Amino acid sequence: MRTKLTGIAAALLASSMLVSAASAETVRWARASDALTLDPHAQNQGVTHTFNHHIYETLLIRDLEGNLIPRLATEWYLKEGDDTVWVFELREGVTFHNGNEFTAEDVVFSLDRARSDTSNMRQLHADVAEVRAVDDYTVEVQMNGPSPLYPNNVTNTFMMDKDWSEENDVVAVQDFGAGEDNYAVRNTNGTGPYELVSREVDVESVLEYYEGWWGETPEVTEIIYLPIAENATRVAALLSGEVDIVQDVPVQDVERLSSSEGFKIETGPENRTIYFGYKMTDEPLASSNITDANPFADTRVLEAMSLAVDRNAIQQVVMRGQSIPTCVNVPPFVNGWTEELDACPETDLDRARELMAEAGYADGFSVTLDTPNDRYVNDEAIAQAVVGMLGQIGIDVTLVSRPIAQHSPIILNNETDFYLLGWGVPTFDSAYNFNDLVHTKGEEYGTYNIGLYSNPELDEKIVQLGTMTDLEARDALIAEIWATVQEDHVFLPVHNQVLAYAMRDDITLPVHPENQPSMTSVTFE
Amino acid sequence: MASPAPTHSEPTSLLARVLDSDVFYSYRKSPVTVVASIVLAGLILAAVLAPLIAPYNPFDPSSLNLMDGYTAPLSDSMMGNYFVLGTDHQGRDVLSTILYGSRVSLFVGISATLFAMVLGVTLGLFAGYRGKTTDAIIMRIADIQLTFPAILIALLIFGFARGIIPPAQQESAAVWVLIFAIGLSNWAQFARTVRGATMVERQKEYVAAARIMGVHPVMILVKHILPNVTGPVLVIATIGLALAIIEEATLSFLGVGVPPTQPSLGTLIRIGQQFLFSGEWWILFFPAVTLVLLALSVNLLGDWLRDALNPRLRQ
Repeated sequence: MRTKLTGIAAALLASSMLVSAASAETVRWARASDALTLDPHAQNQGVTHTFNHHIYETLLIRDLEGNLIPRLATEWYLKEGDDTVWVFELREGVTFHNGNEFTAEDVVFSLDRARSDTSNMRQLHADVAEVRAVDDYTVEVQMNGPSPLYPNNVTNTFMMDKDWSEENDVVAVQDFGAGEDNYAVRNTNGTGPYELVSREVDVESVLEYYEGWWGETPEVTEIIYLPIAENATRVAALLSGEVDIVQDVPVQDVERLSSSEGFKIETGPENRTIYFGYKMTDEPLASSNITDANPFADTRVLEAMSLAVDRNAIQQVVMRGQSIPTCVNVPPFVNGWTEELDACPETDLDRARELMAEAGYADGFSVTLDTPNDRYVNDEAIAQAVVGMLGQIGIDVTLVSRPIAQHSPIILNNETDFYLLGWGVPTFDSAYNFNDLVHTKGEEYGTYNIGLYSNPELDEKIVQLGTMTDLEARDALIAEIWATVQEDHVFLPVHNQVLAYAMRDDITLPVHPENQPSMTSVTFE
Repeated sequence: MASPAPTHSEPTSLLARVLDSDVFYSYRKSPVTVVASIVLAGLILAAVLAPLIAPYNPFDPSSLNLMDGYTAPLSDSMMGNYFVLGTDHQGRDVLSTILYGSRVSLFVGISATLFAMVLGVTLGLFAGYRGKTTDAIIMRIADIQLTFPAILIALLIFGFARGIIPPAQQESAAVWVLIFAIGLSNWAQFARTVRGATMVERQKEYVAAARIMGVHPVMILVKHILPNVTGPVLVIATIGLALAIIEEATLSFLGVGVPPTQPSLGTLIRIGQQFLFSGEWWILFFPAVTLVLLALSVNLLGDWLRDALNPRLRQ
């Protein structure tokens, strides 16, 4: 008995020593929400991508300044003599976590999968006509026409193993909106720096360094990913030493954490705009007391709403200074952004009430606003503040707040009349917004056109953008499209987010403009 | 009550009888109960009169000014408005929000308890009087339900209701769904107690007499048996009210309760605890104290009522 106990004690001691020896390279990383799925093409959503980037890899990626850099593709160029074909030369000697070699076959498979019907990534590849493998390490992407900016669109499209996918029956992408499930939702086989060890949805996921990774061995060899929805709990976890890095820091705690001993804050502007959208069809709204018309179909109402929203107050109070007010829903990094578009008119309640009266809504109207409450910085509080501001011009807003996992299907199925959403631009080009948010909703375009705005003239221009090679003329067309979008008040933008990551002060995780930091970039002191 | 109440003055006799009763005597002899009932009466009065006494109307979003946000208690805001208990992150007056929030909490708590009581008492009477299969079915359902925590059942019902109500109507239905969910998770205690008492009463001669006279069973239940089981029901209802208030607060704290624009005490606590680390303690502290006072005083009253109505403890 005694020897048995001693044996157990020795084993415990040994295992605890093992843990402490490895703990220098383990990072416990807390966020507000979990990846929605691990199927790489099922959700075009930031939190999901950020997590998946550790397991899967893309052909190209952006560095901390937003420049495109090689990843699984080492070189990319337009084919000589044919500006409708992009050539990607692939990295050699890359293997998937199961040992399979990464070749052009896998790229063709993955891009075709990302273009398939149930894929949430397909709008990024709307201009692709065909993907072909030239040899084992060269892939040609045949576009519908000249697409000079296509490489911008591949930074979140992950490469999967063709054989593995066929073996496990995941050739088709999980239909997330329909609540479908498949093997790839919980199992992974990527080429990325980390392998999935265990995953308990919304509780904890463990990733371990993949020895066969082609890149330089990162300092972090184990990641424990912890979604903690409650702001206070997340910060308390950092302060009490239960986690090392908190990615979604509540704005009210930024000041306190930066002055706390043993912790530090890294900040930087984020490529993400928070905006409101509304149903713009002619049918009456489901949640309104106006049953014979849609108030949001009247541009005057939309202008009045924009005038009623005091963006500076939201910045000062709700965001505690941690945001940059804006009136266009692209951040300054993005091609097509201008200072004029960004500038907001002064908040003017009198003028707003006048416009409401002109539109025939002097007595206001009622409507329901849907907001997520665990996705963006202070999302629910922003929505709540706007409810108050709109109340001042007679719009009686009922606020419905849900976790993003419930909010997403509702907005994607166009079941909302009025909603809050945040939008990042991974391609760093306005065309991304136009394709997804402005173009009439359909097969390839308008996936996130929640308000069902439709302008055939704009649709034509947006499609045209995809194939323009004269960049100057293209920029002019972008400006033209923006002018119409702003005139029609298709969106009600509020601000661009400022990112703040909090961490132990002996760790550094640099801020990534798309809020997609990689644990491979973590350094220890 | 130095001298006995005069017997000739009829109009005062009811009050006199109450003041002279055993129950009132035990109330007077329990200072804790007196304090609890005064606190509770104060809270209920404040909640009922909230629209009259609250300095602001926090449920009217258009009256709020965001720039009043985060004002400390007993001070002026940036906009020059004075707030006794400070303001929260939306510029809402904490005092007014508590007054209105208690209204929501009390309304949901009382309605849910009434719902649970009506349902539980009806099923309990029925089970106790009919016996046999009816009794077995109803009581087994109650037993099964009692093995789950009430909050879990409420969450389940709430989630289910959310699933079948279209998104546009969910918010207006939220309070009713909450009442339904909490009520449905608490009926079993009532049913059990009433069923036991009914089984005892059923054997008594007055019931047999009524039955022989051909009185309809429903009339027997309502007119004869029900009055004799009200004592324990009253006790369970009081304690159940405290539980229902806390259950509502828990659900709202978890974010599945009332909408954030019409906060109950639980919602206020959920909002307030985000500011624990940043120094705005009052957003959490005052609603939490109010909830504790409310639940504690109802509970103390329930405890006292249980003792006072228990003949074995009476001296």
